[in-house]
Amino acid sequence: MTIALVRTLRVPGFVCLCVAALAATAQLTATMAAEIPAAERRSGYDMMSRETRAMQDDDTSNPAMFSVLEGETLWSTKAGEANRSCADCHGDAQQSMKGVAARYPAYDASRRRPLNLEQRVNVCRTERQKATAFPPESKDLLAITSFIARQSRGMPITITTDRMIEFAETGRILFHRRQGQLNLSCSQCHDDNWGRSLAGSTIPQGHPTGYPIYRLEWQSVGSLQRRLRNCLVGMRAEPYENGSPEHVALELYMMWRARGLKMDAPGVRP
Amino acid sequence: MARALINVPKQAKRGDVIEIKTLVSHPMETGYRRDSMGKAIPRDIINRFVCTYNGVEVFRADLFPAIAANPFLSFHTVATESGEIKLSWTGDDGNTQTETVNITVV
Repeated sequence: MTIALVRTLRVPGFVCLCVAALAATAQLTATMAAEIPAAERRSGYDMMSRETRAMQDDDTSNPAMFSVLEGETLWSTKAGEANRSCADCHGDAQQSMKGVAARYPAYDASRRRPLNLEQRVNVCRTERQKATAFPPESKDLLAITSFIARQSRGMPITITTDRMIEFAETGRILFHRRQGQLNLSCSQCHDDNWGRSLAGSTIPQGHPTGYPIYRLEWQSVGSLQRRLRNCLVGMRAEPYENGSPEHVALELYMMWRARGLKMDAPGVRP
Repeated sequence: MARALINVPKQAKRGDVIEIKTLVSHPMETGYRRDSMGKAIPRDIINRFVCTYNGVEVFRADLFPAIAANPFLSFHTVATESGEIKLSWTGDDGNTQTETVNITVV
């Protein structure tokens, strides 16, 4: 499995790196379960109760739509010294942002690392609009990202790891690394035990198809990073900081792991 | 006050039972929580919802602190005649937000 992954993702120039990555993951293979095959891959949406699914499906009962509507307003609000709005460059989001959330995190050539959607928005804010970046988990950042993610609803995740193989590999290692006082890895729940129960809740496969989500437990909208920190705290592990490379690497690996699944953002989750 | 999402059929047959679904954005702060400095966060909830159909009250609800943020209310009424359905939410601060939707009855 690991060998196949590395081979299919290999691009010229990264051969040495891939060999190194291969050596690193070869050790992991012994202890880690196989990746969930495409036929068994299921979004968290499919594992929710009928009521929660109904809540998400109807745009007049999905509370995340408030965030989307705010994002729509922000999209055409001029900001910063440049006095430009998102719409001034990108035009109609229904066209220009279609499928964008389904292929993020994406490689940024000037920074030589992947950026997630939040970081990409803030790059635009600071470099194009000459405005201040939105703080992490702020209402505005969640609004604009949910509005962008909404444009990819129903589209399959088409992530590529081109030029980002090392980051995807880091993400994979993090996903399979035991950590925290409970000494658990993400994989032990979401690869090995999905569909079973943890206390009263069904363990999903952990595919990021609906982010930003409205989580009923939070009673608010939150990003994937917030959700990841949630799991890490639950494992009694030290959560990664907002926007840290670990977060982006994990996000990248998780998107790659969910490739082919349909986006259902903005999702409602229990 | 806040943004509201309302789902009322645009058109209905006379005598039909119609469903009205409303979702309003509101934090519904219970008054029992404290902030990171230990200071009590004052209560701020929507405490009353009223729906009138051509001026006649068809539904009313009292809301309490145990109701989740962004309250979702759904109820039924009978489509009697064309006109306007007025929905109003009243908060602890005394402010009322009113939204109006029109319905055509054939």
